[in-house]
Order: sequence, then structure tokens, then C-alpha cells
Amino acid sequence: MNESERKLLSGDEAVALAAREAGVALGAGYPGTPSTEILESFSELGGHAQWSPNEKVALEVAIGAAFGGARAIATMKHVGLNVASDPLFTAAYTGVSGALIVVSADDPGMASSQNEQDNRRYAVAAALPMLEPSDSQEAYDFFFAAIDISERWKTPVLLRMTTRVCHSYTVVQPGAARGPAPAPNFQRDIKSRVMIPAYARAAHRKLRQKLSEMQAWNESCPLNRVVRGSQMLGIITSGVSFVHAREAAPEASVLKLGFTHPLPMKLIADFAKSVVRCVVVEEGDPYLVDAIRAAGIQVESKADMYRFGELDVTRVRRILDYDLSPEPPKPAGRPPQLCDACQYRVVFEALRKKDCIVAGDIGCYTLGVLQPFEAIDSCVCMGASLGVGLGLRHVLPAEQAKRVVSVIGDSTFVHSGISGLIEMVYNPPPSGHVLIILDNSTTAMTGHQEHPGTGRKLNHEPTGKLVIEDLVRAMGVRRVYVMEPHAGSDEFARLLTECLECNDLSVIIARRPCILIAKQLKQYEQQRCECDAAPTPAAP
Amino acid sequence: MSKVTNVIVAGLGGQGVLKGTDILAEVALRAGYDVKKSEIKGMSQRGGSVTGDVRFGDEVFSPMVPAAQADYLLVLEPTQVEPNRHWLRPGGRLITPDAVDAGALPHKRTLNVALLGALSAHLPMSEDQWLASLRAGFDESFFEGNKQAFLIGRAGQKTS
Repeated sequence: MNESERKLLSGDEAVALAAREAGVALGAGYPGTPSTEILESFSELGGHAQWSPNEKVALEVAIGAAFGGARAIATMKHVGLNVASDPLFTAAYTGVSGALIVVSADDPGMASSQNEQDNRRYAVAAALPMLEPSDSQEAYDFFFAAIDISERWKTPVLLRMTTRVCHSYTVVQPGAARGPAPAPNFQRDIKSRVMIPAYARAAHRKLRQKLSEMQAWNESCPLNRVVRGSQMLGIITSGVSFVHAREAAPEASVLKLGFTHPLPMKLIADFAKSVVRCVVVEEGDPYLVDAIRAAGIQVESKADMYRFGELDVTRVRRILDYDLSPEPPKPAGRPPQLCDACQYRVVFEALRKKDCIVAGDIGCYTLGVLQPFEAIDSCVCMGASLGVGLGLRHVLPAEQAKRVVSVIGDSTFVHSGISGLIEMVYNPPPSGHVLIILDNSTTAMTGHQEHPGTGRKLNHEPTGKLVIEDLVRAMGVRRVYVMEPHAGSDEFARLLTECLECNDLSVIIARRPCILIAKQLKQYEQQRCECDAAPTPAAP
Repeated sequence: MSKVTNVIVAGLGGQGVLKGTDILAEVALRAGYDVKKSEIKGMSQRGGSVTGDVRFGDEVFSPMVPAAQADYLLVLEPTQVEPNRHWLRPGGRLITPDAVDAGALPHKRTLNVALLGALSAHLPMSEDQWLASLRAGFDESFFEGNKQAFLIGRAGQKTS
């Protein structure tokens, strides 16, 4: 082995490296743990990467690139794919001209998410081929395989990763250089790309035909492999569960599935027949086991208690040992908290003091739910603070309704709060409503990414800037306040009281850069000023 | 399966836990081992508990150290010792800030590197390999301070 070429890469970095080497022309996404580093690394490697306002737009941009014959990638966390599911399902019908890889980074165990949905279900629901790497080497290798599959069958491919694959660093041996990607070029193909019912009916049949071809190909696909061991115990597995299973039961025979939709049922049946006991070891939902059993193949499933949280070596051993005894609780560490010097502490103190009913959202500020504030009453999904707050205002008795506020961060507001704000203006509750936008000039929770409101691109270069207060005013909200929260000042508390009492629609933009990157932001701002000072081209 | 060495580094967000695992994984890679490093990011930045796992040997499967199988547990913050003690195997070695004289460190932020120095005294990688990883892992201007912290930690273990 050439030692100089071995690299220690995270799964995310391995995908980025492969995307760069494969000549991916465009990467689009929205930050979300554990997917964020894919586009950041891709950009650092010189790739064209951009943050979109949300995952739906990101996927649409990537679809457009792939319609134009380019190789494109869209990255997001598992719940992001919910947002992007609308274009996803129909992109399966249209197919692509270039290549389109959709990365779904799932978070079993919820290290940093609001649910642990298993997005392998999306491959079935949308009828897309799906690959599941187990480590960084496979993340790298499978990316090229995904490109090949995408181009061969003219279909988007779902590259499904999980937290431990995205964020574990394992050794990668990069492969030989590949030829250049096909040059983008628009070829008109109306019947494939315009999904009016007449064309979509034919497209659905074509999609099912592709799937059945892919399934036949998958029966002998090198992305699946058998580790031959004892005939007494066979394990069918995929993703990170494979490495746990190899360690937990080194003597077992293992069928390691890499191409997990559509499943190679003949390969699976032959493997199951070759062993005395056959157990399906998978993290999360019983996706593999349900499909395998539905095909009439007899296999064992894990007990339901192992559906919750991540798997690890110990848990796989317990599954194989039929161990249903309660698992020892993990000793509690210190939970995360709002930073000591966070400017939004005064906001949550005020909300607490006024006994507000707070419809919260997704971001650092969700930590306002913990002590000493306990000042968040709901957190559902990105952007939900608006709709949930308004629904509460509409139905609650007057005394409670007037205490309801919605709290959202700047990046989340741009992601999916804007539609909620339109709802507020269009269907105002009788008691009015108060929206608080915590604008810290960054996407802090995921590690300080840019967004349209910062006026900087993914690589921090200046670009067009969405001015939140201008947008809010343009929507017809009259009471718009921009203020700077400071510890020891009662300005926010006074403003909140005024807004709560006015029975009108108000928006408070509490703006102050995140203290963790204040210095960096100043540097970016300076660059922006220098850029603004440069002469701009005249309008045509 | 051949012997795999399991190390857990624990502390609080912002203490350099993950930087510590970076350096350790890098030195294992340089020494020619198979190596895997696992970490949970995201909320860790907000001052919560953070742990990172590093495993190296001829062939490593899972990236996560299994329960009670850590050969070494490095803890950067005294309050995090008890919540993490369960990782240690019987006979495993606990390394805490007590292992170094904090007053002798060039900067308190170099504690993570000093504890790596203490760990290094028990591992087969050479001092040169460690220093090369330190040099590669930080901005050049931090190298001298980190080298000093590393050597303080390493010397403390050898004499004790």
C-alpha cells in the first residue's frame, strides 16, 4: 500500500473528495448535522458549492443542473429530505440527463435532531436506487458507483448515510484518476421533463421498468458482498451496522448489502439458505427485515427495543444473544446550554418573566427550553414557530392567546419562516401576534454557516443580501422593530410588553452577531465594504 | 482479530476534545495502523459534554469503543471523570488534568495536548511521529507552545 496516499477522512469529506474527482459541477444543500461538512469540504477542494435557502430549493437547483447534463449533488440531513421530498418524488419520474446524487444524512439516536426517521423509506416511496456506505472508504467508492448508476439509468440516486458514517474518520485510499465528466449541454426532452398527467403516466411506467432492471443488475452487483464464516450464524446487514456486526460476531457469515434499494432478493434468499440461523442486523426501522420477509425469506429480526437509538458492538451482541434485559442507562453528561455570554439570554429571561407561551423553532435558541429559562413551549420542525404560534392564538381563550409569541432564528426564518409570516399577515388572529426573529447573522447551531440574510456565500464571499426587515415590511407588517439585545438592558423587555399589549401584528428583530464568531464577522463585513466600494456594472 | 487499542477523550465543548482525537488519530495513521475516530458534533459546541473515540490496530471494525473496553480514558475536565469512568476496561488507565502541572503549561488551552503527552508515554508511537502530527494539526504559530505542553505531559508520566 502506498502509505503517502492513505488519508484519514470523515465520511462527509470522503463524499466531497469523490464528488470533486468525479467532476461534479454543482453541489447545493442546506446546513444540517451530520451532512454539513460535505459541501464545506467540496468547496475547500475547489468545487462549486452553495447553500440554498432550504433543502427543497437546493434539490431543485441540483435537478436543474442534472437536466442540463451536469453531474450534481444535493446534501441535507434526514429531516431536510422531508422539505425536499416534493421535487424528489417527481425527479424520480423525470429522471436526469447528467447525474444527480441526493445525500440523506440520517441521525439515528438523535445526536442533534428532532426525530430519528429512517430515510431508507424514501427510496421505496419515491422509487429511487439507494446506496448505503459503511465507512469513509465506501462513502468514497460508492459515490462513483452512484454516479455510474445515475448515468446508466438516468435516475437520481439516494446516497443514504448516518451520523456515524458521516462523522467517523476512517482510512481512505483514493482511487486512480478518472476521465472528465460529460460537458453540460441542454437537450430538449419535453415528454421526459414536463410532468403533465399525460406524460407523467408514461414516466411512471418507465420508472418501474428502470427499477426492475436495476434489481436484476443488483443481484450480481459488487456493492454487495459476502464474508464467508460459520454456517451456523449468518448476518444480513448494511451501513454502519456492518462494522459493528463484524466485531460483535467475527465468526459469523455476513451478507453486507451496499445497494439497498431495490434489494437483490435472490442473493438474499441464497445467503439465508446457506446458514442455519440468519439474523438481520440493521439500525433504525425494520426496513430490510420487512422487505426480506415480504419476499417469503425466513430471517430473524432484532427485538423492538433495538429500534431506538444507534446500534453499537454491545447492542449487536445483545441482539444476537436474544438479550431483552434492560440496557444500563448511560451516565448523564452535562447537556448543552446557551453560551454564558449569549445575547439571547435576555430574550428568554423576558419571555419567562412575562409568562409567554412560546412557539419555538430549530437552532441554538431551542436551548432556551432548558433551565434556567424553560421558555420554549414547542419545537416541531424548521419554520413551525410561525404556524404553531398562530394556531394557538386562533383557538386559545383571550387571556392565554395574548401571551403567545413565535421565536425563530435568522437562518431558519429564511429557510421556511417566510411562508409562515405570509400566513400571519393573511390570517391574522384577533389578538394579533408577536414574532421575534433572533438574528445573529449566521447559522450558529450547525457550526456557523452563511445564509441569504448574511449577504455572503458558502465560501464567505460577498453576494446579494436579503434584508429581513425590508422583507417583513414589504409583506405588510406595520410594527417592525430592529433592536440590539444586551445583558443588563431592559430594552427588549419593554418592547416585548408593548408588542404583547397592542393587539396588532408585530415583528421584533433582535439583531446582534453570535459572540462565537463576532471577530470573524467583522472581517467579512470589512471585505464586503471594500467590495461595495468597487464600481458596479451599469444596468443594461 | 488482533489487538486494537481503544482511547476515549472526554471533556466539555470548547476544551479541544476533538482536536485531541484528531492528533491521536493522525499519529496512529502516520505509524501505519488502521485507525478509526468517532465523534458526535452539533450540540457539542454549546458547552455540553463531548467525547471522542479513537481506535487503532491492524484492523479496526466499529468506529465506536465498545462499553467498558477503553484502554485509556483522557478527561480534560474534572467533572467529566465520573460520567465517563464506565468506558474504562478493568485495568484501563485514567489520565486526568492531575497528570500535569497546570502552572507549567505555556497556556491553559494546551491542556489537551499535555494530556496527549501523558498518554504518549504508554503508546508505541515515536516522539517524532507525535511532534509531526502536532505540527500538521495546528497553525504553525501554535507549534512551539503545543510541543512544550506535549513534552511536559510526556515527561510527567515517565518519571511517575
